[in-house]
Order: sequence, then structure tokens, then C-alpha cells
Amino acid sequence: MDVLLAVLSGFLLAPLAPWLDRRLGKRWGWMWALVPLGLFLFFLRFVPALARGEAFTRRVPWIPRLDIHLSFHLDGLSVLFALLISGIGALIFLYAARYLEGHPHRGRFFLLLLGFMASMLGLVLAENALALFVFWELTSLSSYLLIGFEHERESARSAALQALLVTGAGGLALLTGWILLGQIGGGFEITQWRSQREQLIVHPHARWALALILLGAFTKSAQFPVHFWLPNAMEAPTPVSAYLHSATMVKAGVYLLARLQPIFGTMDLWGATIVPVGAVTFSLGALLAVRQSEAKRLLAYSTVSALGLLTLLLGIGTPTAVTAAMVFLLAHALYKAALFLIAGILDHETGVREPERLAGLRRAMPITTVAAVLAAASLAGLPPSLGFLSKELFYEALRAAPRWPLLLLGNAVLAGMALVAVAGLMGVRPFFGRERSELQFLHEAPRPLWLGPLLLGLSGTIAGLWPAGVERTLLNPAITATLGQPAHIHLAAWHGLNPTLLLSALTIAGGVGVYTGRGIVRALAVPRVLARFTPSAGYAALLNGIFTLARFQTRVLQSGHLRYYLLTIIAWTVGIVGYPLLRRADGIALRRSAPEHMMDIGLALLIPLAALAAVRFTSRLAAIAALGVVGYAIALLYMIFGAPDLALTQFMVESLTVILFVLVFYRLPRFATLSGRWARARDVVVSALAGGVVSALVLSVLEMSPPNVISEYFVHKSVPEAHGRNVVNVILVDFRALDTLGEITVLALAGLGVYALMRLRVEE
Amino acid sequence: MELLLAVVIGSLYATGLYMLLRRSVVKLIIGLGLLSNGSNLLIFTMGRLVRGRPPIVPEGESSVPPPFADPLPQALILTAIVISFGVLAFALVLIHRAYQKVGTDDLDDLKTTDT
Repeated sequence: MDVLLAVLSGFLLAPLAPWLDRRLGKRWGWMWALVPLGLFLFFLRFVPALARGEAFTRRVPWIPRLDIHLSFHLDGLSVLFALLISGIGALIFLYAARYLEGHPHRGRFFLLLLGFMASMLGLVLAENALALFVFWELTSLSSYLLIGFEHERESARSAALQALLVTGAGGLALLTGWILLGQIGGGFEITQWRSQREQLIVHPHARWALALILLGAFTKSAQFPVHFWLPNAMEAPTPVSAYLHSATMVKAGVYLLARLQPIFGTMDLWGATIVPVGAVTFSLGALLAVRQSEAKRLLAYSTVSALGLLTLLLGIGTPTAVTAAMVFLLAHALYKAALFLIAGILDHETGVREPERLAGLRRAMPITTVAAVLAAASLAGLPPSLGFLSKELFYEALRAAPRWPLLLLGNAVLAGMALVAVAGLMGVRPFFGRERSELQFLHEAPRPLWLGPLLLGLSGTIAGLWPAGVERTLLNPAITATLGQPAHIHLAAWHGLNPTLLLSALTIAGGVGVYTGRGIVRALAVPRVLARFTPSAGYAALLNGIFTLARFQTRVLQSGHLRYYLLTIIAWTVGIVGYPLLRRADGIALRRSAPEHMMDIGLALLIPLAALAAVRFTSRLAAIAALGVVGYAIALLYMIFGAPDLALTQFMVESLTVILFVLVFYRLPRFATLSGRWARARDVVVSALAGGVVSALVLSVLEMSPPNVISEYFVHKSVPEAHGRNVVNVILVDFRALDTLGEITVLALAGLGVYALMRLRVEE
Repeated sequence: MELLLAVVIGSLYATGLYMLLRRSVVKLIIGLGLLSNGSNLLIFTMGRLVRGRPPIVPEGESSVPPPFADPLPQALILTAIVISFGVLAFALVLIHRAYQKVGTDDLDDLKTTDT
């Protein structure tokens, strides 16, 4: 099977999902898990070759003219992500099939989930930056629909919109960054950028490009201060939260940082922005997590914290830090997906969302308890889990950080303690202690629900016990791809008694303290000033501001009065046509002018006078007569300047118009002066300006003398081809006969309309 | 002559637009008439002015001997005159009926569909 097909399979299957899911029936929903499972096996086949240091590229031209290709690059990093996406995906699909059994829109759910998975695979495998951007936006779009899946709830809709707006804005920044980089580097292939990184990073625009790309990564990976969309996204059904916030959506930003680390890692801006942002997100997320009462929100904030840590480590960028990042990435994906799924099980089986209100479930739910304890141990960093290994590694990386090692370490220990407390809340609190009397008749969750968490929890522990296995197959290739150079790491469960181990022990001890004293942490009041200026309040204010602006400009532009629309249009036209004319006012000079005769001058002067009279007369009949004078005078001008056909038509039409006016005007209201004095003065000024601009326009056009090939053509072909001597007539009835037919149709319709209106009896 | 006509066209536009900006619908129609006359004259002037030489091929010739008035703007204007007459006639009758029904010709009173 081809990589292209592997990525696109989700998109191809998705539209069929609603129909297929109905055909399968509700008992057979687990079949959907076969799709990600198949993909998982597909990507697994690449692992041996990747472990030997190979990489694969597949390139399909898409829009070659713009250097956009559907090119995919399979290296250690992208395949690690692809395996997480498809592997955890398989368990999520299985879980979701049971979780949403009997839901009327399960088919639609799978449609969205398949689309999301495919977008995510495309994102991590894409080699072309613009293709990556397309997949990036597709994940934003599909996650919007997934978060808002329960669209009857207002809170779900607004959370979905928030996620879309925040990540979408970041996506636009990313696109701008890509385009800048593409202009510097002359192409959009990421490997190509990697090979020319020396020239790339010294370019003056490189800083801007990087800043924009980081903005995209930070919004996607919910870094402070735009972290707030992630906890709100917990409105999504639990399987979605588990999928989006463990291994996929929010890791996209982390993936991007890892992908770009070999290109930008040495730039000052890289470490100077990423490290502080990551560190603040790391500890803030963990502290806020302890203050939550709902299981899903608790996990959401701990996810924010984990993303902060990953960002921080990639910002440091030393080989140890990158190693720690990759180990933590794997550990976090495994335990966080498991814990989210367990939160879903608790909600599903007990109907209670707050861990504090649960206790003693271990008897009723032994398997879930095992899974929860394993996952929580990894979260807390207890040996022998993978989480323990990763904690050892990141403490080591922070200790050896080139900048602010002590500050970072202190921050990490603090965050680590909070995370231990979170682990206690998720893995200990609901399952141990005395059973609650109101929670009787509970039983174990059905197999599809506990299978995922158990497998994920076990994998975390096995990987912790036997790190050499994952190290050789998954982690080493990923670290090598991220660093851009071969890395040789040796994970071991026991590093000997060293300062790092002491820090780990301190963290756990402190964490137990935080867990016991969590009441105090929650009771800590946030200063009122801080509570008012939270980032989410900023988001709300920004959104409100945009709405207010939109309402204001709509009120101004869409007044509902014809004259104001006209006034706007006229004023604008005067401005944009008049300004350039004014700039070259000196240049308007007539080169060729027809000589004046007395009669012409008389006629020409008659027209403005009559027009002015039509405006000024208060008698309707007099105004109509003035209008007629204008028409007849123009007809005479046509006659003088070689247009007898025009003169004839104008005479006829003018006579008809006057007759029509007189007929109808008897029944029309008298002229009334409705506008005030100021309004009239304003209109006089605007229309006089408009008239002036038109005059200037006429003069400046007359100055030019373009070759008149069309008229020449008509004049020469009139007799030989159309056998007519009156060229104007020949144009109308022969060369442009279809136009004339259209004109006749318009006139016939207008006539019909007039007739119908005259015959219409208005019901009173 | 062109200079003079440019001013004439400008005056027709100015008066026509001023009438279009009135609240009375009847005045609006007169404005429409002034504006369409102005536009026609504008197109005509763009085609250059040639006195007394209509684009008609004399007997025995295959083409018009220069100088002659440009036939192309004339064809355009001919269409425009007829169409603007159609528009004017329809608008006039429409306003007449609307006035009968609503009893006002103030555009500000014609903003809603409720009568």
C-alpha cells in the first residue's frame, strides 16, 4: 500500500461513514476500529527500516506551478506520530463505537473522526510546507465540528468556535510564516529548507518567519496565554477529548517545533521565546489543574501543562532535552489517552464527573482500577513507568540547560508536584477508600470501554520496565530526525543514586503533600485584578469589540435610505476618480477641438440652463417641459455633429416621454421640499463636485487618441459584407444584431410591465 | 466645442445626481432623465465631434471617405436612448401605482414593506 493512499483513506471513507454505520447496525460499530488498526500496522512495517536510519519520501505533484506538492516524508519523527495517531486512534474508535452506541448521529461522528484522523496523519507526514498547512487547517476544521458535536448545547457551540478562531488565527500566522520562508528559500519542501539552513537563518526576514510560525505552533498547542481554548474544548464527547488532547490535535504544534528544531534551533529567538512560554505554561497548567473539580477539566489543564513541558524541552534543544521530549511525548500520549477514557468510563457508569465525589470503586470496577493506577503512576512519574523515566530525563535536561537552569528546575519541581496531585485525584481518589452508599449496584464497564485504557496503561508500564525496546525501535529514530544528527541514548530504569533521583523523590513527596492539602490550593483566592485580566476575558473582549465594530459599520453603511447609499457611492467615486485627475490637472490640454459656431454655443448653453430650471421649478409641468428642452437641445446637437439617427430617435423618445409624464403626472403628488436646508446644501456641494469630476474626466479622455480599429472595421465592412450604407444602422441590425434583439426584449418586457401595472387593480 | 460640451455634461451629471438625492420619488425620476441624457452626451463626445459628416457610405463607394463621425458611439447611444426610455416609462408607472396605493412619495415613508 502507498503512503498517499494511507493518508487519503480516511478522507475517502469518511463520506461513506453515516451510510455504512447505519448498515452495520449498532452492535458492529467496533468494525470502524479496523481502519486505524490497518493504518497502524501499515506504519509499523516501516519501523525496522527507520531503526536502521533510513527515510522514505513520496512525492505527488499537486499544483506544481506554485511548488505545492503532496509530498510525504517518513522518518523517525513523523512515523512515531503516525503510530500514535493510528494506534491510539484504533482504541478510541473502538471505545467510541460503544460509548455512542444508540446515538442517532454515530455515523456522522465517525465521519468527522475519520476526517480528523486523516488530516492529522497528513499533517505529520507532509513534507511540503503548504500541504502541511492545508492539513493543519483541516484538523482545525474537523476538531471544530467534533468539539461542537453536541451542537444543541450553546456551550459546546461557543467552545468549538473558540477553538476554531484561536487555532485558525494561528494557522493564518503559520501560513504567512511559510510564505516568507518560501520566498527566502525559493521552495516549500521542508527537507530543502533543512539543507539550506545556513543561508535561511541569517536572512533578515527569518526572524519574522519564525515568530509567525511559533504563533501558529503556540495556538495549536495551547501555550499560555492562548491556552484557554483547550479546557473549554472539553465540551466534546469524551472519546474526542481523549483523542484530540493526548496524541493528536494539540501535539501538532509540538510536532511542528520538533520538525523545525534542526532548522531554527540555533537562532536566539528560538530559545528566548519558546523556553519562557513553555515554562510558564508547564507550571501554570499544573497548578490550575489541581484547582479543577471535574475530571475532564482536570485532565485538560494537566494536558496544557504537558504541552508546556514539551515546548520547553524543544526550546532548550540540547540532545538530552530532545531525548526527554520524545520520551515524555510517548509517555504522555499513552497515559493521557488512558486517563481521559477512564474519566469517560466514570461518567458513563456512575454519572458523576467529579473525582472528589467518588470513592471505593475498585471492588465494582477492578479492571478500570488497574488501568487507572497504571496510567496515574506514569503521570505521577512513579517507577517503573515510562513516566518515571521521562521525568528523570527532563530533570537532567533542565539541570544542563544553557539558560536559567535553576529557575527552570524549580519551576519543574513545582509543576511536577501538582501533577502528582492530579494523578492522585484520577488514579487513587475514585477507586480507593470506603464505598459510597449512594453509588451501589455499580459494575465493571463493558469490554470495549476498558480495553483501551488497560492496553495504554500496560504499554506505559512495559515501556518503563523494558526501555531498550522502545528506545531502539521508536525513540532513537525520532530523536535522530529531530536533532538532525544521530543520537545515542540509553534509557535505563535505574540511573543510580544521583541528584536527579533525589529531585524525583522530592517531587513525589511534595506531590503527596499537595494532594493532601489540595483543599488549601483550591481555596487560594485569585486576586481580583488578575481574575479580570485573564486571557479568556481578553478573548471575549476582542470578540465583542469585533462585533461592536461590525454593528457600527453596518449601521453607518446600511442606513436603509436610498440617498445615503447614493451619497456614499458618489462621494467615493468623486474621491477615487477626482484625486488622480487633480494630481495631473496641469496636463489636461485639448489638442484638437471642433470649431464653435454661434448656434452650437447657444444650444450648449441652453442645456445647463434648462437642467437647472428642471431642478428649480416648483411646478411639475414646468419641470417636465424643462426636461424636454434638455432632450430636444441634445437631439439638435446630435444632428449638427453627424448623427441623424440619434437625433431622430431622441426626438421621438423625448416626445413620448413628455406625453407619458403629462399623462401620469396629473395623478402624481405635487413637488414637495422634504429635505432640510443643510441637507440640500450638502447635496448641492456633492453633486457639483461630481459634475466637476465628470467634466474633468471627459477632458482628460479627449486628450488621448487611441486607434479606433473597431469603427474602422465597421466602416470598411459595412457595404461589402452587410450591404448597408448607413453604418450605424448596419451595426445595430447586422454586426450586433443579437444585442439589438436583447434590447428589443428589454423594451418588450418594460412595455408588458407598464401594461400590467396600469391594468392592476389595487385592492384597498 | 469639446470644452463647452464637457461643462454641459458635467452640469447634466450635477443636476441629475442632485435630483437623485431628493426624498421625493418624482424628482428622482427627473434626475434619472437628466443623468441618462448626460451619459449619452458623454459617450457621444468621447467619439470626437465631426460636424455634418454622418457615417453614411455614398452611392458608388465602398467606404465612407474621412472625416466622418464615429459610428460606434452612435450605435451604443441609440441602444441607450431606447433602454433608458423603457426604464423611465416603467419607473414612472410603478411610482404612479405605488403612490395610489401608499399615498406618499416620500422615500423615507417607503422604507418598510408594511403599508
